[in-house]
Amino acid sequence: MSNPDAKGSDPRDELVEHLPAMRAFAISLTRNGAIADDMVQDTLVKAWTNIDKFQVGTNMRAWLFTILRNTYYSSRRKAKREVADVDGVFTESLAEKPAHDGHLQMNDFRVALGKLKVEQREALLLIGASGFSYEEAAEMCGVAVGTIKSRTNRARAQLAELMGLKENEAMEMTDDATMSVLSASKVSSF
Amino acid sequence: MSGQNQNKQREEVIDENLRRVYQEAMDEGVPDRFKSLLEQLKQQDSGEGSKK
Repeated sequence: MSNPDAKGSDPRDELVEHLPAMRAFAISLTRNGAIADDMVQDTLVKAWTNIDKFQVGTNMRAWLFTILRNTYYSSRRKAKREVADVDGVFTESLAEKPAHDGHLQMNDFRVALGKLKVEQREALLLIGASGFSYEEAAEMCGVAVGTIKSRTNRARAQLAELMGLKENEAMEMTDDATMSVLSASKVSSF
Repeated sequence: MSGQNQNKQREEVIDENLRRVYQEAMDEGVPDRFKSLLEQLKQQDSGEGSKK
């Protein structure tokens, strides 16, 4: 007989698996651990209570990220006054954070990431870090695929500029092996 | 001059950094508050179920 209980009959059991990715996205998007965790908590409750709206067999992570970013934008609207100067505050606190592993470029990168427009940062996080396709990200954000592509491209171009990744530096990076070494250490020299 | 190649390489550097920032957040693990929240939600549901 077909026993749906055999594996994950309740999609809610899967929620916990997506928590680290949800937090990573929320933290990277907001650059604030407390806000990020509140977002994730709200998302969990919403997902739990609206699980009937989740279509089994579809990408749960995409569904959760959609809720997560909606939560972010609605709380952002509510806290608009705070958000007005929030960027400066976050950037400052990030800059003071010691580079515990000696990888200074990580902090530089974080600061640069924080300077992006939120839509661009979001697109880059979804595509470059969370592993979603352009199509998935477009659906999540309710925009055209081309919009996600151009946001991602603009985000990368701006980050390159902010981090001083000049074209002549890029020239030195000739192959994948060199790249992987350089990307871990090169950027800090700027 | 392969401008397109350079772009590609710059992109790689950026994505590598991005993944590292992300991975760091992933490695933090999940705070207990989320696990207890899930427990709480589960209990709430089963509580409602048994009352009916």
